[in-house]
Amino acid sequence: MSEKRKIRVLVAKPGLDGHDRGAKVVARALRDAGMEVIYTGLHQTPEQIAETALQEDVDVVGLSILSGAHLTLVPQVKKLLRERGMEEVLLLVGGIIPAEDEAVLKQEGAADAVFTPGTALENIISYIHENIGQLP
Amino acid sequence: MAEELQRAEKEWRRRVEREKERPGPFETVSGKKIKDLYTPRDTADLDYRRDLGFPGEYPFTRGVQPNMYRGRLWTMRQFSGFGDATDSNRRYRYLLEQGQTGLSVAFDMPTIMGYDSDHPRSAGEVGRCGVAIDSLEDMEILFEAIPLEKITTSMTINGPAAVLWCFYLACALKRGIGLDRVGGTIQNDILKEYTAQKSWIFPPEPSMRLITDIFAFAAREVPRWNTVSISGYHIREAGSTAVQELAFTLADGFAYVEAGIEAGLDVDDFAPRLSFFFNAHLDFFEEICKYRAARRIWARHMKERFGAKDPRSWKMRFHTQTAGCSLTAQEPENNIVRTALEALAAVLGGTQSLHTNSMDEVLALPTEKAVKIALRTQQIIAFESGAAHTIDPLAGSYFIESLTDEMEAEAESYFERIEALGGVLTAIEKGFFQQEIADAAYTYQRAVEKGERVVVGVNRFASEEALNIALLKIDAAVEQKQIARLRRLKERRDNIAVAEALRRLGEAAAGSENLIPHILKAAQLYATEGEIISALKKVFGEYREQPIF
Repeated sequence: MSEKRKIRVLVAKPGLDGHDRGAKVVARALRDAGMEVIYTGLHQTPEQIAETALQEDVDVVGLSILSGAHLTLVPQVKKLLRERGMEEVLLLVGGIIPAEDEAVLKQEGAADAVFTPGTALENIISYIHENIGQLP
Repeated sequence: MAEELQRAEKEWRRRVEREKERPGPFETVSGKKIKDLYTPRDTADLDYRRDLGFPGEYPFTRGVQPNMYRGRLWTMRQFSGFGDATDSNRRYRYLLEQGQTGLSVAFDMPTIMGYDSDHPRSAGEVGRCGVAIDSLEDMEILFEAIPLEKITTSMTINGPAAVLWCFYLACALKRGIGLDRVGGTIQNDILKEYTAQKSWIFPPEPSMRLITDIFAFAAREVPRWNTVSISGYHIREAGSTAVQELAFTLADGFAYVEAGIEAGLDVDDFAPRLSFFFNAHLDFFEEICKYRAARRIWARHMKERFGAKDPRSWKMRFHTQTAGCSLTAQEPENNIVRTALEALAAVLGGTQSLHTNSMDEVLALPTEKAVKIALRTQQIIAFESGAAHTIDPLAGSYFIESLTDEMEAEAESYFERIEALGGVLTAIEKGFFQQEIADAAYTYQRAVEKGERVVVGVNRFASEEALNIALLKIDAAVEQKQIARLRRLKERRDNIAVAEALRRLGEAAAGSENLIPHILKAAQLYATEGEIISALKKVFGEYREQPIF
């Protein structure tokens, strides 16, 4: 990562879920923390998200899901990112994700990190800073 | 007398100032500053008959019924639905056995967005956060062995409200129950979808037409139905303050009244069937004042601004749900206590019906046990606490009356701003509500992060206790089961008749006649929700949001 380049983050709402409070708050916090944030808006298909991630050349994709469809949607996004050569993009998931599903998502390598209700914004920001360094 | 009081207060103030105050801040959960003491001087301008009146009497500050809970308690109505229609039917019958007095249907995301379970966009979402309903057939299963003429049913459905409503009506008709005998509510509040809940289908104009078509049809055929539940709940959950919830909800309400009048209806023909839905958040007194102010504002505007003559048009009847966003994933048992406080505020504020959240809803759909505790919370308030013995028990409190006034005034100033922007629809287009709500949500979150806003068990008194409550799991097989049922239905029904009904619906949509009879006809022929919505989308198009954060 070049020194001057800001960390680029895509915050996305996959699926049919309209709960965007968390996504918007996180998007704003990341922007306030000096990152370049693109927010997709609602009701995105995994294809749309992967395509936007590619077009916008992001370092991080943050998915917000509160509808219970995470086990279907997150692996799909990961697969589509891989297909587009974005294996190294950090994939973060926020929302209502039961602990056992969180384990599944991490084991399958679909998600790098999962942030559940009550997570401090500061933790998300520092997670990105700590893990982005591993990018080429 | 007034001077003597002022002198005494000054003296008291001098003594207080010598005392040390804890750090605070002394603000409501919405960030409104609260004084340390309220006195008769704060309510000096209050005119009892003008500002409060008697219960059941204009301006209804003290409640919409003359006898309130001394006559009938509020309806205990737990919002519920998951899996397929069979799963949810079982839960409804359980809730009715436990003493619940009305039903409230939660639909899954595909149903909410107008997609059938077999649509590619429905993958992974079927039956997840509500029940999957694709056709009249599912509705029949959902209400099997439940007497539609005896209970009332609320359905949280907006974009495709007309379709789900017609499934319900068709279900009643099939059982030989006349439409004049069924009662209930459809949320049908599209305006707050654009600003808060974000489950829209069509653009605003055709959406408003569907709503006024429902007003007209219901006035004629389904007189006991509440045709819209104008909702502040989602606005608040999306992060608004209490005053924003109050102001934006009422502004939406006025917009529906204007739309109805513009569609050529007499205000008194549809206004009595408009109902409301508010949040009950944690700030106890602010919430109570919000409900009291809401009733007064509605009454005054309906009578004075819209010229409604039927007193039923002046009465704001509302449902309340405790605040999902106030619950915490950490130490979820604490949520029982939060919910109890919120529910008590709703009751003291004079709600007509109430949903109490279950402690586990921040983690998953609730288990039977969690729902039972939530329902018991209402029963304890109703039958043990004494809160329902007397009407509007907090009236006359210096604090309550002064906060009620203040919230009314702040809402009025929002109405002026919305008017200046060109009305509700233009304000939505300009992203006004969306930005106000996003700002409030962010401000709140920052305050939590800084520890200014205390969340017990999260940013104060936190413990590293592992979660140990049982959670409801939705069987992944539900999706395949539902898709199979849908496939069988499509083979069995009269597909030629369905196609013809859909074609005629499309024609009607392109014209100006009332769409409800056409939708009902298609529903009775077992056209699916997705098919009916697709027919309308071809004419109406779809809404796209300008994303802001």
